[in-house]
Amino acid sequence: MEHVELFFKSIFIDNMVFATFLGMCSYLAVSKKVTTAVGLGAAVIFVMAITVPFNWLLDQYILRDGALAWLGPEYASYDLSFLSFILFIATIATMVQLVEIVVEKFSPSLYNSLGIFLPLIAVNCAILGGSLFMQSREIPSFGLAFNYGISSGIGWFLAILAIAAIREKIRYSNVPAPLRGLGITFIITGLMAIGFMSFGGMLTGGDEGAEQTPEAAKVEIKKEDLKETVSQNTIEINE
Amino acid sequence: MGLLSKKDSKLILDPLADNNPITIQVLGICSALAITAQLKASVVMTVSVLFVLGVGNVVISLMRNIIPSKIRIIVQLVVVATLVIIVDQVLKAFSYELSKTLSVFVGLIITNCIIMGRFEAFALGNGPWKSFLDGIGNALGYGVILIIVGFFRELLGSGTLWGYKVLGDPIAKTGLYALGYENNGFMLLSPMALITVGIIIWIQRSRNKALIEEN
Repeated sequence: MEHVELFFKSIFIDNMVFATFLGMCSYLAVSKKVTTAVGLGAAVIFVMAITVPFNWLLDQYILRDGALAWLGPEYASYDLSFLSFILFIATIATMVQLVEIVVEKFSPSLYNSLGIFLPLIAVNCAILGGSLFMQSREIPSFGLAFNYGISSGIGWFLAILAIAAIREKIRYSNVPAPLRGLGITFIITGLMAIGFMSFGGMLTGGDEGAEQTPEAAKVEIKKEDLKETVSQNTIEINE
Repeated sequence: MGLLSKKDSKLILDPLADNNPITIQVLGICSALAITAQLKASVVMTVSVLFVLGVGNVVISLMRNIIPSKIRIIVQLVVVATLVIIVDQVLKAFSYELSKTLSVFVGLIITNCIIMGRFEAFALGNGPWKSFLDGIGNALGYGVILIIVGFFRELLGSGTLWGYKVLGDPIAKTGLYALGYENNGFMLLSPMALITVGIIIWIQRSRNKALIEEN
């Protein structure tokens, strides 16, 4: 069940493009035609499915506080998490290079469709973002990390496919001259993001706010704390 | 501009308007949108990018003759990642709350396309001083947009600027709120950042017709 939940959550609610704006640069640059958009989207799914679980292993067994305990008890106090940026990005860059070589060797047809996009992907924020979110949301298991990688990639794929289709159509519309090209793409993406926000109620059944803003959550916590302290105080007084 | 020759000052001033990294070159948009709900976060992000891009451009420019072109992407990534780790550690040490707000977006400076783009397009072919100016100029051009978007989103969304209640107190109903003004909470949500940038592009291009794109 948690796999299904994470899957749909990362595609629709936490969509890479519409909720966190990751990978916007290639999203805007490569979305003029549907065919190229599909190629890049497929490459993103592919690379994320490999790098997120790999970085999960790195995070779990090398980087996080006490992760080196498997080497022996004297290593248990090391916290290497400050190295995570450099290690993650190095992993991604090498993985992309490796994938490119392997795909070229074993499947020339796939290489022809994905090949030109692979180097672009090393610097796509969505890929690094996926690994960093995986780390900060503390995804608990390898399977879930794999799931998270694939589903975030699918979310990104859907977004670029949709915008590319819209941009192909919009070429025939009479857009105000200063908005042509980049401007209108921004505004359409904004409207699509508003549309995607309606998926927010999907997993909660819609009866409570799906995702409370962090500030609101904080205020509530504070109120609860206050109540607790107040009740403790009254108890003390009663005693 | 006694210190800078005309060419040098052009390097700084061009990216601020007609060659802006965000609205014209379409680079570095990811972070520009996600963290601009508050003015403070926008300013901190600008300063971080200013540091990373200024120093990074100089480092890459100094090494430009010894980097083998085949592995230059990895070398560039390592330089950026090192600088970003410095920024991240400094932020965590001196302003922990803010580093929590920015969360993964500090790390995402690494893949900010402006940085890689400037390394590729400028620092690999020019001397350190020019690269430094180019880095500063582009980071400022990025920051200008970030700060404009952050200003409007925080002002209209929560009625504050830099955390100060400039429009009065919404609970005590003072200032503008006494007249029945309400905050537009929608401005704080992420889609409005996209639309705000869209409007900035609209205004900029209707003032300078040369920038208008073909359909």
